Parts: sequence; structure tokens; C-alpha cells
Amino acid sequence: MNQIQIDHGRIIDPANKIDRVGSVYIADGKIVSVTNEPAGFQPDKVINAGSQIVCPGFIDLSTRLREPGQNRKATFASETVAAASAGVTTLCLQPDTVPVIDTPAVAELIKELAEKAGYPQIYPIAALTHKLEGTELSSMLSLKQAGCIAVGNANQPVRNLLILRRAMEYAASHDLLLMFRPNDYWLGNNGCAHEGAVATRYGLPSIPEAAETIALAQCLELAELTGCRVHFGQLSCKRSVIKIHQAKKYGLDVSADVAIHQLHLTENDMAPFDSAYHVLPPLRTEADKQYLRQGLAWGTLNSICSDHQPHDIDAKLGAFPETEPGMSSLETLLPLMLQLVTQHAITLEQGIAALSANPARVLRLNNGALTPGFSADVCVFDPELEWQVNSENWRSQGANTPFWGQTLKGRVTHTLQAGKIIHSLGKS
Amino acid sequence: MSDTLQLNAEGKLKHFLTIEGLSKSLLTEILDTAESFAGMSEQQVKKVPLLRGKTIVNLFFENSTRTRTTFELAATRLSADVLSMNIATSATSKGESLLDTIRNLEAMFVDMFVVRHAISGAAHFIAQQTAPHISVINAGDGQHAHPTQAMLDMFTIRQIKKDFSNLRVAIIGDILHSRVARSEIQALNTLGVAEVRVIAPKTLLPAYVETLGVRVSHNLTEGLKDIDVIIMLRLQKERMSSALLPSESEYFKCFGLTEDKLKIARPDAIVMHPGPINRGVEIDSKVADGPQSVILKQVSNGIAVRMAVMSMAMQKPGAV
Repeated sequence: MNQIQIDHGRIIDPANKIDRVGSVYIADGKIVSVTNEPAGFQPDKVINAGSQIVCPGFIDLSTRLREPGQNRKATFASETVAAASAGVTTLCLQPDTVPVIDTPAVAELIKELAEKAGYPQIYPIAALTHKLEGTELSSMLSLKQAGCIAVGNANQPVRNLLILRRAMEYAASHDLLLMFRPNDYWLGNNGCAHEGAVATRYGLPSIPEAAETIALAQCLELAELTGCRVHFGQLSCKRSVIKIHQAKKYGLDVSADVAIHQLHLTENDMAPFDSAYHVLPPLRTEADKQYLRQGLAWGTLNSICSDHQPHDIDAKLGAFPETEPGMSSLETLLPLMLQLVTQHAITLEQGIAALSANPARVLRLNNGALTPGFSADVCVFDPELEWQVNSENWRSQGANTPFWGQTLKGRVTHTLQAGKIIHSLGKS
Repeated sequence: MSDTLQLNAEGKLKHFLTIEGLSKSLLTEILDTAESFAGMSEQQVKKVPLLRGKTIVNLFFENSTRTRTTFELAATRLSADVLSMNIATSATSKGESLLDTIRNLEAMFVDMFVVRHAISGAAHFIAQQTAPHISVINAGDGQHAHPTQAMLDMFTIRQIKKDFSNLRVAIIGDILHSRVARSEIQALNTLGVAEVRVIAPKTLLPAYVETLGVRVSHNLTEGLKDIDVIIMLRLQKERMSSALLPSESEYFKCFGLTEDKLKIARPDAIVMHPGPINRGVEIDSKVADGPQSVILKQVSNGIAVRMAVMSMAMQKPGAV
């Protein structure tokens, strides 16, 4: 019998409306009790969480670990250590691996790689269409049976709306969630920056908000037509938040998330042609950033994802439009969420919910909360502990973060996944 | 950020990548230096020993005849050794990365790169990555900047109009894809003209173009009123196939500069064009070859301005 007591921390568990100082009791990989000591509890290990916060382990709705296929960028070994050190205990993997997650064999390979890395809670998102090409349906049911948690299009727009309609109908038939990043191929026009003053000054090929909002509007119409459950990922602009708000008010069963960097960075933060800021969807305006924060506070956007995309050095060495988009962002997730709290954009409870209870609800997973009987996925963090983003502290193989060299506040001291301590600060 | 990259600790030109962030006094210094070189072309001996012993590599990842030739002539007249490479047909087509190409050339003891590249930001990238003793001159990167072209146009304008402060300048045509336009708008505003006006259909204007410091017109007849300097831009044929314009003939009807349209501008207005000209598409031959055209003057001035920029960027820190 393996028993762990996380002692005397400030427990914040939004799903159970708990915010008080106390202990969390864990046995055999499950939460046994919160604050009330179970009779006869004999902990093998006591984690002192004094002056720290104890909350559900974080659930990331959009991650890329680069395996299979792109091991030179990152591996399960490197990125699961990064995830654990960031308090993340559940990862959803985007299907644009090499090969694409469009057959049960690839999904099974991912489950195997996850087991081997000692980090089993990795859920592949199945490709909505074969090879993500947007022409033929993937074998969604087989993929679901092989462990895929949802279907999605990653960054590949489905150009043909008839195919999107059929894919959504088919997904709905098997009660599969569609995780959709709205992005109109034609309006996107191979751009690499927000269509605004900065791209105009630098002569960068640009992407208007309409590339996102039009694809979003189309998918909302199809959600109503097909009855497919849809979660919209990595929204980047004000008008998308308004569209989601209207759809929810109208009664559609949809939800949405925002990538953490969109809540902090804008087109103006980019030093001339600094490829660390090359992300898709692109960083937009200050007004968009503020509205995305509002959307989070209102609950229109219910989750924050890392949109973690580690790269090798070469991927970011080049003229801006030729570099690969994406940031390595698991390890900055918590400190940047805490900044939203100190800047009064959201409450701490909302921030934790956006990283745990809400994504769990999106995925219909029995975690994201410290409910007795649930898998003991727990994150213990010190909200005041400062650390520098440097090679000594960084775990991801991808150092592609614009926050490199900065000192951030808030650090995870312990992470438990199904009752197993997968991260303990100072011991790695 | 761009100015810290371009200038050395003394505020002198180290690289010449963009007009953005450069002061009026620095731009004026470029024009003054160019003026001191401008007379040279008519002399018997057309050389000065300013860059003797220096090696300049023209790295052209995109084809260009005029720009490359004037850079070559400028370097030769400064007594530098010049090597011109057409990389569009060489190493990178074999899969060598931009960075590897630069590293290899650095190893050959080069002092300056003159770079033309089809991607915005390429010159910045090379300037960031290259060894600290090497200067980089941007000879045009994607849709971003073409600062020497802008400066030779400023030189030509100053030659004829003497003073910038009361000038109204119209830039006409494909602003969206034009690095020349972006650099010219910045240079004109820094030098303090009264107004920069861009005239084009919406499809050829970048979003929020007014944030560059211009007034916008979609109508040539209206837009040419009170204008002292007209800068025409080249219209690429592919703009028709990408649905930005219906046809060359309709474009010429709306935005082509003819003798009649020219009469709307100030009577002493000059007509400029960075070339190569599409006769009958953006400009009528009668105007291109007419008395108000200074297009060939621009070409001659290109050498003096490039000599000025090259010699200034190669000046050792501490030198007067």
C-alpha cells in the first residue's frame, strides 16, 4: 500500500469549490481524502507543502512532443520531463506527427512511447481526415478504440466544407469530440504574421483575423447541422471570442481555449524579424489580447493550452517567413498563468480551473479535480518562487521561447501522476 | 531594435538594412557623401582608394541586373575587390542553407556583403548572424526594404527640388509588394516632406497602410493634385493571375501615368520609376521618355549613393 500525504498546503480545487489550507491524502494512485485525515492513514511519504499551493495536475489540450518522426526536435523522454516539471499531468497530442495519427498503429505506438517514458497520460488526437489532407475520412472509430481522445485537424484547414460536414457527422455518430483550429486556407494565404501595422512595416505575408473567424463561423454552422461536439483550439482574436459567446448563448454545445502566449504577447512585442515570435495563429493586437483575457474571465474561453511546439535550433534560424512556427511553452505555462492573476485579468481559481477542471470537462475525463476516487494527479507549486529561463532550469529539448533569459515567478515543486511522484524540484 | 543593429556604438552606420530608425541627420550625411562622389563619374580617373584591400561580395539570391551592376561599379570605384554571386542559380539550389552559405563566404575573409533576397528579413538575419567585422548592405529583401534605392531617389529629388520640406510626393501602384515603397515612405517622412500620398486600388495596398505615415487615394486623377514628385512602381504580371487586378489594360486606364494625367500634377513635377519599366502598363512611353522624367538620372545617381553607403559602413570606429 503506497500512501502519500501532501501536508499543509493551500488546496485549490475549483471543481469541488475548495480553497483552504490542509492536507491531501493519496493511496494506491487515487485521491482518498482532502483535509480530513482518513482513519488509520500511514503515509510512506509526506510532502511538506507549507506556503505552497496544491491543485489538480494540469491538462494540456494541445501539445506536440515531435515523436514519432521528428526526434531531432524533441522526444517523449525530454518533453515528458518538461511537462512533469511544469505540473502538467495529462497531455493531448496533436495528430500532425510523422506519420500522422490516422491509423490505430500510430495511436498504439504513441501509447507505447508514453508508457516507456514513464508518463502514461498522453492522449493522441486522431486526424479528422486521412493524412490531414482534408479529402478522405480517417478511421475514427478504430482510432477511438486505439486510445484517441478526440479527432482534430491540427494546423491543416479542411478546405472542402462538404468533407468537413461529413467528417463531423461521422464523428458525431461515434460521440467523438472534434478539436478544431479554425483557419481558412485561402484567406490565410501562406502568411506568417498578423495582418496589421507591424506586418505592413516589415513587409511580411500576413493573415487577417477573418481567416480564423470565417472558418470558425462555418464550423459553428456545421456543428448545429451535424450535432457534432466541437472544441475550438488556440483562438487568437476578439471576434472569435464574440462568435463563441454568441454560439453558447444560442445553445450550441461548444467550448474553446486560448494558447497561453496569446494572453501575453502581441504583434508589437516582436523585435524585427525575431523568429521566436513566429507562431500560428499569429500574435495579434493589444485589443485582441485584452479581449482574449476577458473571454477567459467570462468563461467564454474555458481552457488555456500551452500549444507546446519544441523546435531544434535550425528550425528558427533563418529569415522570419522561412522559419517554423511555434514556441516551446510547457514550462512557462504556470508562471504566465500566474501573471494573469497578478495583473487582475483572472482569479487564481479561474486560472487553475482553466488548466485542470475545464479541460477535463472538455475531454470528459475523470480528473482535473481532487475528488476522492479520482486518479491522484496533483501539482504543488510555490507561487512566489522565482526562476530564470535558462539552460540550467529548462527541460524541454526545444529552447524556442521568447521568454529565454527572463526571470519568472511561480515554480512547480512536486508533480504527481496517478499517485506517482514524477517531478520533485531539486531532484531530477 | 533595427537601429541598434544597424549602428555602431558611436551611432555610425555599421550595416544598412532599412531606413527605419535612422535619423534625418544620418540620411542627410548619406546624401552629402553621395554628392561628393557624384562628380567623379565625369572625371577621367573614376576611382578613389577608400576601400582598397577590402573584399565585397554581392550576394544575389534573386536576379537583378541594374542593382547588381551599380553596386559592382560603386565598389570598383572605391577600389575594393568585388565578387558577385548569383546564388539563385548556385549553392542554395543544392539545398545549402542561407546560414551555411554565409559561413563559407566569411571563411574567405570578406569585409562586406551586399545582399538581395526574395524573403523579407533575410538581410537582418544575415547581419545578426555574420562575424562582427563584416558589414551588410541590404540590396532588397522580399517586400520589406530597399534602402539604397530609396536613398538614390532622395538624392535625385534633392538634386532637382533642393529642399524636402514643402514637397508633396505621390507613390503610385503596387505598394503591397513593394520594398521600394516602404523604404521611400520612411525616407521621405524622416527627411520631412509635406506629404506622402499612396495611390492604388485596395488590392495593392497593405492593411493599415496609413500607419506608415501616408495619405491614401484610390483615384489617380484626384490623387495627383498638387503633387511635386511622382514615383511610379513596377506592376508584376503575376498580380493579374493572383486576382489582385482584372487586366493590364484596366490598370493602365485607372492608374497608368499618361501625358493628360501628368498635367493634373504641379507643372514642375518630376516623374520617377525604380525600373524596370513596363511601358503601357503603369506608364506611357511619352511620359517615361518625356521632359519631366528623371528615370535615367536615378540610375546614374545609384552609383554615387551606393558608394556613399558602402564607404560609410566601412568606416572604422573612431575615424573622422
